[in-house]
Amino acid sequence: MYTILSKMTLSSQIREYVIEAPEVARAAKPGQFIVLRLHERGERIPLTIVDADPQAGGVTIVVQEVGKSTREMGDHFHAGGSVLDFAGPLGVPSEIENYGTVICVGGGLGIAPLYPIARGLKKAGNTVIGIIGARSKDLLFYIDRMDAICDELHVMTDDGSTGRKGFTVDPLREILSSRRKIDRVWAIGPAIMMKVCAEVTREFDVPTVVSLNSIMIDGTGMCGGCRVEVGGEAKFACVDGPEFDAHKVNFDLLMSRQSFYHEEERCALDRYLAAEKEKEQREDR
Amino acid sequence: MSREKQVPMRQQDSDIRIHNFDEVPLGYTEEEAILEAERCLQCPNAPCGEGCPVQIDIPRFIDHIKNRRFAEAIATIKEENTLPAVCGRVCPQENQCQVVCTLGKRLEPVAIGKLERFCADWEAEHERYCPEVGKETGYRVAVIGAGPAGLTAAGDLRKLGHEVTIFELLHVAGGVLMYGIPEFRLPKEVVKREISALEEMGVKIEVNKVIGQIYTVDELLENGYNAVFIGTGAGLPRFLGVPGENLNGVYSANEFLTRTNLMRAFRFPEYDTPIKVGKCVITVGGGNVAMDSARTALRLGAKESIIVYRRSEQELPARREEVEHAKEEGIKFQLLTNPIRFIGKDGAVAGAECIRMELGEPDESGRRRPVPISGSEFTIKADTVVVAIGNGPHPLVPRTTKGLKLSQHGNIVADPKTGQTSKEGIFAGGDIVTGAATVIEAMGAGKRAAAAIDRYLKEKK
Ligand SMILES: Cc1cc2nc3c(=O)[nH]c(=O)nc-3n(C[C@H](O)[C@H](O)[C@H](O)COP(=O)(O)OP(=O)(O)OC[C@H]3O[C@@H](n4cnc5c(N)ncnc54)[C@H](O)[C@@H]3O)c2cc1C
Ligand code: SF4
Ligand code: FES
Repeated sequence: MYTILSKMTLSSQIREYVIEAPEVARAAKPGQFIVLRLHERGERIPLTIVDADPQAGGVTIVVQEVGKSTREMGDHFHAGGSVLDFAGPLGVPSEIENYGTVICVGGGLGIAPLYPIARGLKKAGNTVIGIIGARSKDLLFYIDRMDAICDELHVMTDDGSTGRKGFTVDPLREILSSRRKIDRVWAIGPAIMMKVCAEVTREFDVPTVVSLNSIMIDGTGMCGGCRVEVGGEAKFACVDGPEFDAHKVNFDLLMSRQSFYHEEERCALDRYLAAEKEKEQREDR
Repeated sequence: MSREKQVPMRQQDSDIRIHNFDEVPLGYTEEEAILEAERCLQCPNAPCGEGCPVQIDIPRFIDHIKNRRFAEAIATIKEENTLPAVCGRVCPQENQCQVVCTLGKRLEPVAIGKLERFCADWEAEHERYCPEVGKETGYRVAVIGAGPAGLTAAGDLRKLGHEVTIFELLHVAGGVLMYGIPEFRLPKEVVKREISALEEMGVKIEVNKVIGQIYTVDELLENGYNAVFIGTGAGLPRFLGVPGENLNGVYSANEFLTRTNLMRAFRFPEYDTPIKVGKCVITVGGGNVAMDSARTALRLGAKESIIVYRRSEQELPARREEVEHAKEEGIKFQLLTNPIRFIGKDGAVAGAECIRMELGEPDESGRRRPVPISGSEFTIKADTVVVAIGNGPHPLVPRTTKGLKLSQHGNIVADPKTGQTSKEGIFAGGDIVTGAATVIEAMGAGKRAAAAIDRYLKEKK
């Protein structure tokens, strides 16, 4: 059992948790992730490590409530409670060094994993340009935190409800076109966002790193369910990644594989919501 | 009852069992066990004991059964074997103790495995035999991986009085016994029971501890462990490397079985992890893992489950018993056939293009090498494909332990008699050393390493 030290709402569907796991906190590095299981019947959910405090023993994770398990976590797992399993740190850490000037692009929930990397890059001496975006204002978070570590921050929403209206790729293209020397780009977010960012940076020949969130089970190299195609070769995102050279990733395959269980995910969520509703009605009576 | 044949074990009928995950063989009653035990000749030279990789005193435990001393029978087995309920179910006795059984020269050998299982099941229903734990030595040993190798090493080291902690990366202990071998062959309750006996002896098990990531092996030695045993298994699934293998619906056997056994996807949505199985499933490979996958597919609702194997029936590496079970259940065998490409439709697999094979000259394994017959390509329809062509060494510990000598295939190099690796204080055994093998061989390696670790600790002093 791993105690939930704190829980904070970041936006309508996104919450931040700090979980007590001192050994994980001690070993965690930017770019790595953990696998969490809520209860005996739960699935193994991979989540990026956003922050780790070796002194206090807390590991920060951010969860977007999109499916049954994440909804359940938001509804029923509170500070003071606990989750059953918490394993990590997993994956290869980001290669943080002083590259010069870097652009860090984060879309939606991708802002969570991006933040510790951007912070690490800043600490290593880079000039860090941040670009973060989401569909709308209520899905955007960590603006202040990113602002505090970035030399320059661009905030985007698809609908213009906050920041500039448009996609994260827009400022990316503008900056690259402005002939400023950019040494490296990190892009983390929905597969489609990473794909278009990779296309733009390829045009300008800027090395680009993406973090791939394929479907995982064990997260340690034992199932191959997370396999992605990089440079024409199959790689396991959990142990060979999650970060890869964006210009070599087959994003279409990634998107196709991510969608394989949509029907089942829908069914699990509907069933959960129906049960919750029934519970509520019973309590009302 | 004639003495010629083994007392048969009752089993679930095939037309019923393909719709459930319950165990197939149902076990012996006391009377059946005694009847079978009476067949044993009590040979003075007892060749069977030599055939057992952990050297159980076979005639002695059989004699106890014959005389209704069931508690003594299980105690005799447990002197040498910590996981009899497991071994009685999954060991290939037909190649080990039973192949050398004197009775087997003319008649059917004694059903040693079935008797072993009987004793373990009897113990589960009665009081538990708890082996004695020696005086505390004050030494601490870390065991990495809670599969058969690690569990056995841990049990033996604990019996010798050492403080033992097992670090396991998954959320449960058991290794392949929990995530790989299906419920209908090895119920997970049985595995849990055997493991809880170890915990009662004082073995500590820490799950969710991914060694190499959370601590390196060297860090364990620096942090107060006097020796380390690595039993991390062969968990890395191999793929064929043919086009279309990354299509949706193509699973590694490890993923297919892990979803089902460990995550209990056969009870989705009651359990959260899903699995998708189409009407027609093909499984590529011919070992136990392939049989398990093909039989699992049926139970998950496949209408047709086909094994595609590149050699002939004779070369099937799976246990005979499992091949028979598979056939009874209606699994089809497409032999001397190899997939060369998977065909997709809308991102999901729809079929396999295969080529027929013939057997040529023997290769280094002594088996005749399969050679493709050019122009013989044909297509099999499939909505789901399971690739069960073997596993490589689990990469995390080898990758993160500096200076550990590895074989060309990435297995840890260790002395077969002691498990000693190229680094002082670090021992290894089981599938991580030998490549995918058997439960009992992994246990044998764990046992030998435990004895060697005990000597190492005492000599160091
Ligand atoms: C489907 C299937 C069916 C089989 N059927 C049979 C059969 O009928 N009879 C038979 O005798 N054999 C069978 N086998 C083979 C047998 O299961 C293995 O040979 C045996 O389990 C090997 O034991 P082990 O302890 O070496 O490794 P494993 O059982 O693989 O255990 C290794 C453990 O180490 C853990 N681990 C790995 N890396 C780390 C790390 N870095 N940190 C912490 N923990 C780690 C793993 O999670 C795992 O729990 C079968 C195998 C499979 C896959
Ligand atoms: S070899 Fe067969 S008959 Fe002889 S003691 Fe062993 S089990 Fe009994
Ligand atoms: S999640 Fe199983 S191998 Fe990557």
